[in-house]
Amino acid sequence: MRKFEYLRPTSVEEAVAAASRPGAAYLAGGTNLLDLMKTGAAGPELLVDVTRLPGLDAIEPLTDGGLRVGAMVRNADVARDAAMRRNFPMVVEALLSGASGQLRNMATVGGNLLQRTRCAWFQTPEAACGRRDPGAGCDARDQAGRSHAVLGWSERCVAANPSDFCVPLAALDAQVEIAGPGGRRDVALRELHRLPGDTPHVETALAPGELIVALRLPGAGAGFGRFSRYLKVRERTSYAFALVSAAAALRVEGGAILEARLALGGVAARPWRAVEAEAALIGAAPDAGAFRAAAEAALEAARPSGDNAFKIELARRTAARALALAAAGAPERMPALPASPFADIGAPAHA
Amino acid sequence: MPEDFAPGPAPTRFGSNSGQPMTRRDGVAKVTGAAAFAADARPEGLLHAVVATSTVARGRVGVLDVAAALAHPGVLDVMTPTNRPALAADPDDKPHRFSFRFEALQDDRVRYAGQPIALVTAETPEAAAEGARLLAPRYEAEAPRLGFEGGVAYAPETVGIGSPPQFSRGDVEAGLATAARRIEAHYETPAQYHNAMEPHAVVAQWDGDRLILDLPHQAPVLGRAMFAAFFGAPPENVLIRTPFIGGGFGSKALVTGAHVLAVLAARKLGRPVKLALRRDQMFGPVGHRGATRQTLRLGIDAQGRLTALEHRSDGMTSSFDEFVEPAANASKNLYAAPAIAVSHGGVRADIGTPMAMRAPGEASGSAALECAVDEAALAAGLDPLAFRLLNYAETDPASGLPFSSKALRACYADGAGRFGWAGRPLEPRRMRDAQGRLLGWGIGTAQFPATMFAAQARATIRADGGAALEIAGVDMGQGAWTALAQIAADGVGLDAGRIELRSGSSDLPDGGIAGGSGHTATAGSALHAAGGDALAKLFEIAAADPASPLFGADNAGFVARDGRLRRRDDDSRSESYGEILARAGLSEVVGSGAASRPPSVAEACAMFAHGAVFAEVAVDPDLCQIRVTRMVGAFAAGRIVNPLLARSQLEGGMIWGLSFALHEEAEHDRVSGRVINADLAGYHVPSHADIPALDVLLVDEADAQVNPLGVKGVGELGITGAAGAIANAIWHATGVRARRFPIRIEALMG
Ligand SMILES: Cc1cc2nc3c(=O)[nH]c(=O)nc-3n(C[C@H](O)[C@H](O)[C@H](O)COP(=O)(O)OP(=O)(O)OC[C@H]3O[C@@H](n4cnc5c(N)ncnc54)[C@H](O)[C@@H]3O)c2cc1C
Repeated sequence: MRKFEYLRPTSVEEAVAAASRPGAAYLAGGTNLLDLMKTGAAGPELLVDVTRLPGLDAIEPLTDGGLRVGAMVRNADVARDAAMRRNFPMVVEALLSGASGQLRNMATVGGNLLQRTRCAWFQTPEAACGRRDPGAGCDARDQAGRSHAVLGWSERCVAANPSDFCVPLAALDAQVEIAGPGGRRDVALRELHRLPGDTPHVETALAPGELIVALRLPGAGAGFGRFSRYLKVRERTSYAFALVSAAAALRVEGGAILEARLALGGVAARPWRAVEAEAALIGAAPDAGAFRAAAEAALEAARPSGDNAFKIELARRTAARALALAAAGAPERMPALPASPFADIGAPAHA
Repeated sequence: MPEDFAPGPAPTRFGSNSGQPMTRRDGVAKVTGAAAFAADARPEGLLHAVVATSTVARGRVGVLDVAAALAHPGVLDVMTPTNRPALAADPDDKPHRFSFRFEALQDDRVRYAGQPIALVTAETPEAAAEGARLLAPRYEAEAPRLGFEGGVAYAPETVGIGSPPQFSRGDVEAGLATAARRIEAHYETPAQYHNAMEPHAVVAQWDGDRLILDLPHQAPVLGRAMFAAFFGAPPENVLIRTPFIGGGFGSKALVTGAHVLAVLAARKLGRPVKLALRRDQMFGPVGHRGATRQTLRLGIDAQGRLTALEHRSDGMTSSFDEFVEPAANASKNLYAAPAIAVSHGGVRADIGTPMAMRAPGEASGSAALECAVDEAALAAGLDPLAFRLLNYAETDPASGLPFSSKALRACYADGAGRFGWAGRPLEPRRMRDAQGRLLGWGIGTAQFPATMFAAQARATIRADGGAALEIAGVDMGQGAWTALAQIAADGVGLDAGRIELRSGSSDLPDGGIAGGSGHTATAGSALHAAGGDALAKLFEIAAADPASPLFGADNAGFVARDGRLRRRDDDSRSESYGEILARAGLSEVVGSGAASRPPSVAEACAMFAHGAVFAEVAVDPDLCQIRVTRMVGAFAAGRIVNPLLARSQLEGGMIWGLSFALHEEAEHDRVSGRVINADLAGYHVPSHADIPALDVLLVDEADAQVNPLGVKGVGELGITGAAGAIANAIWHATGVRARRFPIRIEALMG
């Protein structure tokens, strides 16, 4: 293993100063970064361990009815939080559908937001990857590409963002609080991840040294309550990333949709907020026709990046189903197979 | 060892041990972490080696930065083709049919991605890994030949390990010509890679000219001879200690290049060397289930009886060696077609050589055959089970010989009953669950040969009344040392708790290979015979001793129970083993036994285990996600030595079948040929949440011919039938016949 330095700063300021050095990387739960270091796809010279920074591990209510979640809160603890379960059930569903129990116990909020793509060519140091090495081209192009993007990709990069958590967050207009060399600022989660364009290596809106310190879920999103669902489609029921996924939230009054949110996962380099689809739903009756039309609108700009045209239709169907599930409302109890199309089937006795 | 060992008077006595659902003798050690695996060995002065592997699939290794690696602190040695010490045998030679070529730095050629290209040995595993990285190999790469299209087709001389590539009986063309209906279908199965929980590992140490290997190996005595040949040592100078194996499945039966290099490094540096493969290094040099393309042609008459069955399989192999999945052989012995033809082709590509992987040939072939049979049932307008019963083979279709035993009819009946098969609609898309999901039911027949190899064993009855039973057998996690102990205990008339089973070391009597589902039958028969021999010797002592209640009982004979020999005709006259030995002034009596199947038996009947697997799937009609919701398997495999262990084996097989049907597939980079999902996050096997309630029924079957114990194997049987049953259930749910495995969402999207 390559040698690296390890620092465990005791304040945010100290951490930011250390991580502003070239070759530095923040280390949170390590479930993503350490894997990449082992394969050689990442090779930081300095690890700045932020897991013990004070004050970043709490979930607090906001005055507008929303929640503020510290960047070091573990994914499992977010999913267990009572207020989160009540007000933002689709966030909990998304988290519980991701990775495994062991990984969720390690993984942090900040690390989840900034987890890297699972594109196999990105993860393989020998493959050409412009996301990993600026200007290196893209060996992932012209491959089968089941996991690759169908929206917002470029000739330079076809990778998709793998996070489940980020999909409902994008739908809920979450804000990311950042501390950096230049002080504190907020970035909308929808702006956190960049589409590749000609510069796939510019993955996020963060400048060198910038640290995510918290995530804010605005109170407006809490209004959807249980009429918000996350749906994740994949072959393996657990411990697998989404082929496509969708987060949908609806506010229906008097038989008409007053407000709608829709975001898609697994289809682009960022969680894909489908504002056109949301607009198309306003005023419509919450029925299959309206949901299908919205799904069509959401995928309007989609095009295959390999042998993955099926993902476009699958994403439409997934979006339409997620909207239907949102209209029906989440069940009282979290299903045994969260976010699964088979959620209600009940898990086998041993699961 | 005698080639043709005819068992003596069949020692068919069974005591109170066999047949009991005993828990594993190693259970507590396993769950507390106390069980030692090969890589747990830490001899004094241990060094660590890491093998550097190629990242291109074809070409030459151009430059290796050996200086950079050597300069890294802790790195002691870098072995490359330039400085690799000589071996006594050429890894590219094939002296016998178990010889497969491997890479041990014999030259700078790259034959596949993942091939060893250098070995770095260091004081720590971290230093060795960094040294390997610092080699920064540069290649003179050539365009790799990949896939069925890019590979080179050829006619293999053998398939699997030494099987003929062709077989036919009857006139298939005539059978097809006279058929009322003909079905032709093409199926594809992908490359699947060995991923036992324990990756291949070795701790090698030299003691003068003796070589000691802590090594997970499925055939320690055979392995010893193989290693000995490469190091110019007599076999008895090589000791393979094969402690618990964390899964073998066919991948740990041979010699791999990395192991040989570690042994060389240990000799060169004069210190013990440990080497463990990384997970991604499992994808190439340790064998895999080769991809196949299969075509089946079936003819049926107006009633639905098969008139002809033709199965062709083209299998992918490497550019430099041959292991073609003997998939088409799955059609030889199962259904009663008057004309059967099976044939195989090969396609050479720049990949590692495939190798046996749990049910090699049977698994891939069964998946295609069981689908094709369902397609024929549909054409005949018959229920898939009724069709299988109509075409039930009373005698072996390939040879015409009787089966030694075949309780498949009972498997069908019991399985169908438990599953609730009756009333299944013939047409697809007729069943839904309460949420509107499509439901489908499918069936597949399971069949696997009742293999038997040759083995020897030793039994020592001690003055304390206990016994030690010895055989170089292997516990790969299947519980062999529990089942073998049960058989061995019966063989010496003791409780399993009173015997010590010594196994897993090449200096013990040869237990043969733990493979082909034949280990319990083979090693068990030898152990049982050894026990019988020791008892006979003990009896001889007692019968000649006037002070013994058994004096003069020579003609009456004896039975052994609970540690006592008893007159066969008078149970009240008995004596304990300890008493007999004590009076004779002996500390122990030693017996030996051997087992193998006499050719006369093999020529007289066909020997297979059978089963019927039933599956229910639910399919989301829009999203096309598939979930197996129920599986029932009913199996007949002769005498079941331990129902708990047998059930686990069969469940594991059915789960692997589910994996085959829905999950497992190595994906190759279309340009470089690298496996791009070479880790367990990317190479999917089912998770717990994917596995439904599994119901395994053990169907009674007595078989006096397979071996003295009447034991067939259960290790591989469960995979066969299962993948086909699931594919058939998916068709029944959706009306879509998916002919490419694994069956993915897009296949059902229309
Ligand atoms: C086998 C497997 C399966 C998985 N399946 C899923 C899945 O189905 N769905 C899913 O969504 N995820 C899945 N994951 C990914 C998992 O969610 C992430 O690995 C995890 O969320 C990362 O969190 P971490 O704290 O461990 O991050 P780390 O690995 O510590 O860090 C990840 C990245 O974020 C940076 N970073 C971390 N914290 C901060 C911060 N506060 N500020 C700035 N930068 C920071 C690091 O420098 C690094 O680049 C899976 C992972 C594995 C290994």
